[in-house]
Amino acid sequence: MKAAIRLALLLLALLGPAASFAADPDEMLADPRLEARAEAIGNSLRCLVCQNESIEASGADLAHQLRVLVRQRLKQGDTDQQVVDYLVSRYGEFVLLQPVFAWHTLALWGAAPAVIVIGAMTLIVLARRRRPAPAAELTAEEAEALERLSQPEPPSP
Amino acid sequence: MIIELGHFSMALAFAIAAIAAVLGFAFWRRHGQVTPYLRAAAVLQFLLIALAFGTLIHAFVNADFSLALAYQHDHSQMPLIFKVTSVWGSHEGSMVLWISILVLFGALVAVFGRRLPEDLLALVLSMQALLVAAFTGFTLFTSNPFLRLDPAPPEGQSLNPILQDIGLAIHPPLLYTGYVGFSICFSFAIAALVSGRIDAAWARWVRPWALLSWCFLTLGIAMGSYWAYYELGWGGWWSWDPVENASFMPWLAGSALLHSALVMERRNALKIWTVFLSIIAFSLSLLGTFLVRSGVLNSVHSFAEDPTRGLVILVLLALIIGGAFTLFAMRAAALRAGGLFAPISREGALILNNLFLATGLAAVLVGTLYPLILQAVTGRVISVGPPFFNLTFGILMAPLLVLIPFGPFMAWKRGDLVAATQRLAGAVVLALIAGLVVFVWSGHSLSLAPLGILLGIWVSVGAIADLIDRGRIGRIAPNESWRRLAGLPRSAWSTAIAHFGLGICVIGVVSATAWSSELVTTMSPGDTRSLVGYSLHFDAIDDAPGPNYSAERGQFTVTDPSGGTRVIEPEKRVYTAEQQPTTQAAITNYWLSQLYVQLGEKGQGNAFVVRVWFKPFVLCIWFGAMIMAFAGFLSLTDRRLRVGVPRRRAASMTPVPEAAE
Repeated sequence: MKAAIRLALLLLALLGPAASFAADPDEMLADPRLEARAEAIGNSLRCLVCQNESIEASGADLAHQLRVLVRQRLKQGDTDQQVVDYLVSRYGEFVLLQPVFAWHTLALWGAAPAVIVIGAMTLIVLARRRRPAPAAELTAEEAEALERLSQPEPPSP
Repeated sequence: MIIELGHFSMALAFAIAAIAAVLGFAFWRRHGQVTPYLRAAAVLQFLLIALAFGTLIHAFVNADFSLALAYQHDHSQMPLIFKVTSVWGSHEGSMVLWISILVLFGALVAVFGRRLPEDLLALVLSMQALLVAAFTGFTLFTSNPFLRLDPAPPEGQSLNPILQDIGLAIHPPLLYTGYVGFSICFSFAIAALVSGRIDAAWARWVRPWALLSWCFLTLGIAMGSYWAYYELGWGGWWSWDPVENASFMPWLAGSALLHSALVMERRNALKIWTVFLSIIAFSLSLLGTFLVRSGVLNSVHSFAEDPTRGLVILVLLALIIGGAFTLFAMRAAALRAGGLFAPISREGALILNNLFLATGLAAVLVGTLYPLILQAVTGRVISVGPPFFNLTFGILMAPLLVLIPFGPFMAWKRGDLVAATQRLAGAVVLALIAGLVVFVWSGHSLSLAPLGILLGIWVSVGAIADLIDRGRIGRIAPNESWRRLAGLPRSAWSTAIAHFGLGICVIGVVSATAWSSELVTTMSPGDTRSLVGYSLHFDAIDDAPGPNYSAERGQFTVTDPSGGTRVIEPEKRVYTAEQQPTTQAAITNYWLSQLYVQLGEKGQGNAFVVRVWFKPFVLCIWFGAMIMAFAGFLSLTDRRLRVGVPRRRAASMTPVPEAAE
């Protein structure tokens, strides 16, 4: 399950950055690869004082500080995971726009799969129950009667 | 005096609605006597609320600041249109708009419902009256829009600058019409549960209302999305904000309802589920309208919160939604299941559609409410943001998109999947080629984007294939084909058009998400920058004061890759009354793509931060939605569905044979 989610996440990440940035040009790193990593991280972090924006999309001061912080850590050679971990240690998991996959989020991640599995099973059960009973085998007499009826009638004298 | 007249009308409407609801539910069995009164009461509620709403508009237009609400949200210097729209730019005023639409729908049922069975009509109007009583009561007792100030202040505090936009004139009325329209489906569901009687005729009555609401909701959501896109200034058109989700959930439920009501209407099956969806759709509409105002959810859309008001809202929601579901639990078993069908059939396809839509709905609902519930239960605070929704909802919608084109090719009762696939072969090939072209063009990147485009094209082309097949185009003489197409029921056309629109919308979403290019830079007048072949020259910066704001307006010349030039003028405004800065992005269309330029913070001298986005095919998102809404309206004109017509046909109860099968 976890591996499947990770794969799906990876594929989704390939779709490209979802939100666009409102970063200032003077914050941006000179190295485009490092900057791209910083943007990817920034897009997954919540601007804590905003309603529902990532730090890359927000114009708030805190978002600016966090953007700078992410870039500082990256320049110091942190991996993406280390940067994210650092921010989580500082601000809690509230900072993650995508909740972690753990026990306390099991119901969150599991809800949609559960609904579709239960829904599909219910449909299958209902479909089986509703299927009309197969016609019973003909008894010998009935078969004979049918045979008789399906014979071409003898020409009447 | 005029305002007191409005206040009194609303109080009177509250009393009439409360009496109508009590009498209606008590005596609906004696419908011969009670129905005429309920109909008169519905019309009266409409007239009274219209009068109340009119007095508010009158006060706002005349900048009467003795009205507290006008003082808080109106300003004498605002243009006329914003004076009118600022009536519903506040919590109190938007309640009045919401109720106005509710009573309008109630009156429509009363006037055009003459052919409904009288007991059903009595129950529907009673339920509507109960809703009117609940929400006029809520408005009068906790959010009274008619309060006065003495002495009247000389000037108002003006509307929030972000709301001073044509979007406020269009978005809330469309959205509310969509939300409130589902109240009719809800009332029909309650009526069916109370009377214990439900049949295909019921579905034929409910479907037009569901369709109408769905059309308005589609337009309302699309309009809101475009409004956020151009107003908020960072080029985002959907951020899975709780309020966006709150409007999207009734839309999903409504889309499911449209399809399930179709099964019920034609085949008398899926009754319990259709009733369930009718209740869900309106419950989610209520959630969409009110949960934001309860202070429970935080969102950019929230109005100023008030704890008592929030509590009353929650109690009201719990009573209405909880009551409806209790009734459902008690009575649903009495509704007998109907027609038989094979799993592979039109019915089966529509059920599969419902399964995916309902699961998508569950994903959005859980994602929106989970942080609240988790915090309440364990105290842990988490965020559920766009990455979660993109992942779960995206994965769920992909198989639905794959399946959509097959649906219309399935016959009722028993379909033939192989034959359907054969008839769709052209669409399959075309979509695969398109996907491959996009894959090569986008640089062989292993990503979901070409797959998304492939799905969008598949859905659109599949819809066209449906029309080609029904018209036997290419297999019989062209004029004969034309005659066949012209003779198709409008509902068949609208199915194809709506699915086509959905495909277009998907293409826009995928393209604008995956291939949008960005440039953030500092520019002074005279500078030139370029982005994906478009070069941007900063010509000048000027002062451009408006009626109630001061502004700096940049002038940029854009040269597109083919050499054409045009001038665009993004602005930064500061509204005088609030001293609140806003940005007005300049957006210019290149066919279906857009170049989006935002003038940002001012640096040293005349240097500005300039943010530029190129969003390929972004217009497809909203055009697709508009095509879907158009298809819905077209379907409403289908004779079979026209409000008022069904009664005659319902008598026979035989499914109407599909014309082209």
